[in-house]
Amino acid sequence: MIAVFLETRDGKIKKSSLEALSEAKRRAAELGAEAAAVLIGGAAACPVEGAFAAGAARVYALENPALADYSSQGYALALAEWAGEMRPAAVFFAATAMGRDLAPRVAARLGAGLVSDCTKVAVKDGKLEFSRPIYAGKAILSCTLKSSPQLATLRPNVFPLGEGTSGEGEVIRKGVEIPEDAVKGRVAEVLKEQSAEIDVTEADVVVTGGRGLKGPENFALLRDLAALFPRAGVGASRSAVDSGWIGHQHQVGQTGKTVSPGLYFAIGVSGAIQHLAGMSSSKVIVAVNKDPDAPIFKVADYGIVGDLFQVVPLLAQELKKALAE
Amino acid sequence: MNILVFVKRVPDTESKIRVRHETRSIVEEGLNFVISPYDEFALEEALRIREAKGGTVRVVTVGKDESLTVLRKGLAMGADEAFLVKDDAPETYDGLRTARIIARAAERKLGGADLLLFGKQSVGADNSQVPAMVAELLGLPQATVVTKLEIEAGAATAFREIEGGTEKVALPLPAVVTAQKGLNEPRYETLKGIMAAKKKEIPVVTLDDLGLGPEELGPQLEITGLDVPPARQAGKVLQGDPAETARDLVALLRNEAKVI
Repeated sequence: MIAVFLETRDGKIKKSSLEALSEAKRRAAELGAEAAAVLIGGAAACPVEGAFAAGAARVYALENPALADYSSQGYALALAEWAGEMRPAAVFFAATAMGRDLAPRVAARLGAGLVSDCTKVAVKDGKLEFSRPIYAGKAILSCTLKSSPQLATLRPNVFPLGEGTSGEGEVIRKGVEIPEDAVKGRVAEVLKEQSAEIDVTEADVVVTGGRGLKGPENFALLRDLAALFPRAGVGASRSAVDSGWIGHQHQVGQTGKTVSPGLYFAIGVSGAIQHLAGMSSSKVIVAVNKDPDAPIFKVADYGIVGDLFQVVPLLAQELKKALAE
Repeated sequence: MNILVFVKRVPDTESKIRVRHETRSIVEEGLNFVISPYDEFALEEALRIREAKGGTVRVVTVGKDESLTVLRKGLAMGADEAFLVKDDAPETYDGLRTARIIARAAERKLGGADLLLFGKQSVGADNSQVPAMVAELLGLPQATVVTKLEIEAGAATAFREIEGGTEKVALPLPAVVTAQKGLNEPRYETLKGIMAAKKKEIPVVTLDDLGLGPEELGPQLEITGLDVPPARQAGKVLQGDPAETARDLVALLRNEAKVI
């Protein structure tokens, strides 16, 4: 069995978790095994339906009122205990803020190996082989794990969602015992960002601005462009962030976020090696820059040499027309 | 407040990484090594807490003798003491191995601490594993990827970055916290600090001292390949009338790339 921890936010399963589940289903099929989903929460409210649609043969819901809100200790305890009993061959997580926080604790608890932020999972000689970018994508490491279970976090936006299935299956609810004092830290509050923008790591389209924008107010141009797409986020180069034009949570590149959207716009971004490391795995890259020698053009599939203040509004107009068709 | 800060020596972010296929390792010759950037935020935070509340800041690394340079940097920035946990193994990219070494060192050789600070990940291995593993091994609560940290009477409030927002985590101390960019602006070391750091003795702890055997030190992870990603090819570049280039680009995105 390949198990997948399904992360929920606001009562919904995250898309990146369903991507991980879809991948688990594909690899499990190759191994002649099945994929199972694990949800952790307070009680009955676990949203199980999406899990079956993404290919889970079974959904395990691990429940305790103390698990209503996420805590790394409580969730690690529940998941490690379940894995100890059920002995899955592997456990996958989405490499999100929660997945990256939780998976190492589960690994340490089980004494199991963990591969972070995988971009490829293969079956080789009956074993899982994981590949992941290191040095912010300047190199790719492939590895296997000796431990059982094998733990991995899977990068969002990389693994395709599986085709829909019947959407039905078995739900197994299990109460979890949480000893007093086992959970010391807790999430007191979740503060949402004001805007409805999607985080760049989860966006299908990323519109990134650099020094060429000349000032914070001009990120409005990028937001207008991003607003044309249903799941778009706004990114920034390190120099734009270090100039104080936009928050660091928008930074793409080494010491920022690594993204792999379907479409990446680099607007007024020169393309320093640290930036290229963080976005080169995007499927299609578009660059707009007035300097024809800017390194960004070496990685861009499509480039426009020109003044971004002229080009970007025109581009937004044209895109709007095209997307309306 | 007694604070431990864990740091790592890594190639600087401007490095071009080359790979040696026979040994499945990166080519270290010619690389410029620095303290991992996120570790600097961790250390800066520790120094600020000490300045506000008193106490000590000790900086620790696991690595070869070459790693002494990042400890000297930590001392020069203002840490009170430094420790090298000597580990001559080449980079394993295995978080659990390093976490076991650190957890054991913290328990047996470094005495107690109220706060264990790390960078949110080392730049290079990019694992984001070790701090949370150490927290689990020591039974401590954690807050990872923290952009704001408040310490008050035996407890911490940490603001951690999540997708589309911030999570406010309440932690009793001792706790593990990992630093994200934005937490603070690290200071530069002073000349006086650099001179003093040079003279300071840095105690060395060996893996034998920690009583760790091959069972705990054998990596769980077996490297099967290490490569550089295929280079992207430069694509089509449009120049000329802005309206025309914008129109042409959209046509290409639709008809050729098929992404819109």
